[in-house]
Amino acid sequence: MQPLELSAIDLVTAIRQGDVPAVQVAEAFLDRIAKVDGVIHAFLHVDRTAALERAADIDARRKAGKPLGPLAGLPVAVKDALCTADQPTTCASKMLAGYRPPYDAEVVARLRAADAVIVGKTNMDEFAMGGSNENSAFGPVHNPWDVSRAPGGSSGGSAACVAADMAPVAIGSDTGGSIRQPAGLCGITGLKPTYGRVSRRGLVAFASSLDQIGPMTRSAADAALVMEAIAGHDPGDATSLANAVPPYASLLEQPLTGLRIGRVAEHFGPGLDPEVAHGVEEAFAAFKAAGATIHDVELPHAKYGIATYYLVAPCEASSNLARYDGAHYGHRAEPGRGHHSSGAPTGGFESPLVEMYCRSRAEGFGPEVKRRIMLGTYALSSGYYDAYYAKALRVRRLIRQDYLDAFREVDLIGGPVSPTPAFPLGEKTNDPLAMYLVDMYTVGTNLAGIGGISFPCGFTKGGLPIGFQLQGPALSEPLLLRAADRYQRLTDWHRRRPKLPA
Amino acid sequence: MALSRQDVAKVGLLARLALSGDDLDRMTGELSKIVGFVSQLEELDTKAVAPLAHPLDTQNVFRDDVPAASLTTAEALQSAPRHDGSCFLVPAVLGESGAA
Repeated sequence: MQPLELSAIDLVTAIRQGDVPAVQVAEAFLDRIAKVDGVIHAFLHVDRTAALERAADIDARRKAGKPLGPLAGLPVAVKDALCTADQPTTCASKMLAGYRPPYDAEVVARLRAADAVIVGKTNMDEFAMGGSNENSAFGPVHNPWDVSRAPGGSSGGSAACVAADMAPVAIGSDTGGSIRQPAGLCGITGLKPTYGRVSRRGLVAFASSLDQIGPMTRSAADAALVMEAIAGHDPGDATSLANAVPPYASLLEQPLTGLRIGRVAEHFGPGLDPEVAHGVEEAFAAFKAAGATIHDVELPHAKYGIATYYLVAPCEASSNLARYDGAHYGHRAEPGRGHHSSGAPTGGFESPLVEMYCRSRAEGFGPEVKRRIMLGTYALSSGYYDAYYAKALRVRRLIRQDYLDAFREVDLIGGPVSPTPAFPLGEKTNDPLAMYLVDMYTVGTNLAGIGGISFPCGFTKGGLPIGFQLQGPALSEPLLLRAADRYQRLTDWHRRRPKLPA
Repeated sequence: MALSRQDVAKVGLLARLALSGDDLDRMTGELSKIVGFVSQLEELDTKAVAPLAHPLDTQNVFRDDVPAASLTTAEALQSAPRHDGSCFLVPAVLGESGAA
C-alpha cells in the first residue's frame, strides 16, 4: 500500500482497519517532504519527531482497542497563520520569527482532538497579504506544476504541499481568495466556508470581518471529511455560528438533478485568459450533463469588488496589526542600534516609546504589509473616513445584496477562480495593483460572507491547472461540496499529479 | 487622487511605522496609485445605502459573566522582548531618556 496515493478518506479507513499503521503513513509523507520540499518550499516548519510520536500513540491506542478520533492518523499541514503551542507560528513574517504561541488555535485543537497528525506549518504571504506567496519573509513557494511559477496565495504553501503529495490535507485561511485562488493555481480543491462556520480563535487576524479558515484537499469528499471535524460553534469566537454542523460526507450522496447554477456574463470579460475561459465553459457543460441547469445571472456591483476589498481589508488590517508593538511579543528594535536599513528614519518621535514602536514595526514588517497598514490608516484617518472606509462599507452592502438577489434564482454561481493560470514568479512583484487584480473573482464571496469552493476543471496546453469556482449562499457548504464531489466523480482532473524534478 | 510626501509621512507616524526617505518616495507613488484605483467607488450613489461592517446578523454576543481560565502571567510574558516577571518593560513613555 502506497500511502501517498490514497485519499484522506481511504487513509483514515486503512489506519482504523489496521491495514496500514499510522506511523507508516506519517513516515511516507515526512519522507516525501524531505525529498521534494527543498524545491517547493511549502513548509516553514516540520516537526518529524512530534508527528511520529503522535502516530505511534494512535497505533498503540488502536491495538489496545481504545476509541480513535474521526481523523485518526491523518497527516495534516497547517498554514502558519494558525497558532500551535508546540510549533513556531510566524505568519511568514520577521515580526513573529521564532514566536511560540501560548495556546492552540481552536481548529488546531479540534484537529488534535480528532486524532489528526499535524506534520508542520506551511509557508504563506506575510500575514496572509498577497496572491502569489512571494510576500513571505522566508522566501516564496514554487508551484509544483512549474517551479518557475507562483502557487498563488496567500495559502500557497498549503496548496503546494497537497499538490505535491507532501500532505493529503492542509488547512488554509481565506480573506479575499487565499484558499480558493492557490487551490485553483495548484490543481487542488479548496473550500472557503461561510463567514463564522469555522472558529477563528487563534488564527492570526488579518481582516476580521472577512477571514475564514477552511480545508485544502485533493477532493471535495476529503474536504467534507475535514469540515466535519473543524466546523462548529466555539464560545471563544464571538463571530462563530451556532448552527448545527451537517454530516457533510454523507450528504454527498444526494444527486444533482434540478440544481440551478448561475453564470455571470461579466466573468468572461476582458482580462480572462482564453484557455481558462475554455476550461470553465467545459465545466459548465459537464454540470449540465450531470443534471444541473445553467442560468444567466447578474452581479451588477461585482466590478467594484476589488476596490471595496482593498479599502475594507487594509482598514481592518491596520487596526489588527496595531498589536505588533514590540512590547508584548514579536520583534523589538534594539535601542541605539542605528536606523532602518534603507536610510535614516523621518525622526521627530515624541518619546523613546514611540520611537521603539515605529522602528520595531519598520524592521519587522515587509513591504506589502506596510503598504496595507499605510493604506488602511490613511482611509481611516480624520477627513478621509467617510470618503473611503464608510463608502466601501456601503458598496459592500450592494455587493452582498447582488448575491442575495441572484440566489433567489439559482442555487449556486459558477465561474473562474482566477483570470489566468499560475503566473511566473516575479511577474507582478513590482506592481501591487496588478497583484490585487488576481483576486477579482474571489473577493465578493468574502465581502458577502458566503461560501465558495474551487477545484480543477482542466489544464492549459502548457500543463497548468485551471480552476472552477462555485459560490453558494450562507451555510450552503453541503451543496457546494456535493456539487464539486459530483463533478469529481465524472472527471479525473483532480487526480492528476505534477511530475516533480527528482 | 495624489498623496503628497507630507501626507504619507503623517500617515506613517499615525501607523507607527518609521519610514526612510526612500520609503516615503516609493510609498507616495504606490499609495497614490492605489487610492486612485479605489476612488472608482465615487461613481456609485450610495446615499440611501447603510454601511455593512460585517456579514452576520448577530450583534453583541456576550458570554455569562463567570470566571473562566485565562493565560497565567508566565504564559502572557513568555514571548515578551523584555519583562520583569510581572510586567512588560518598555522604553520611557515620556521624555528623552530612561529607555528600558
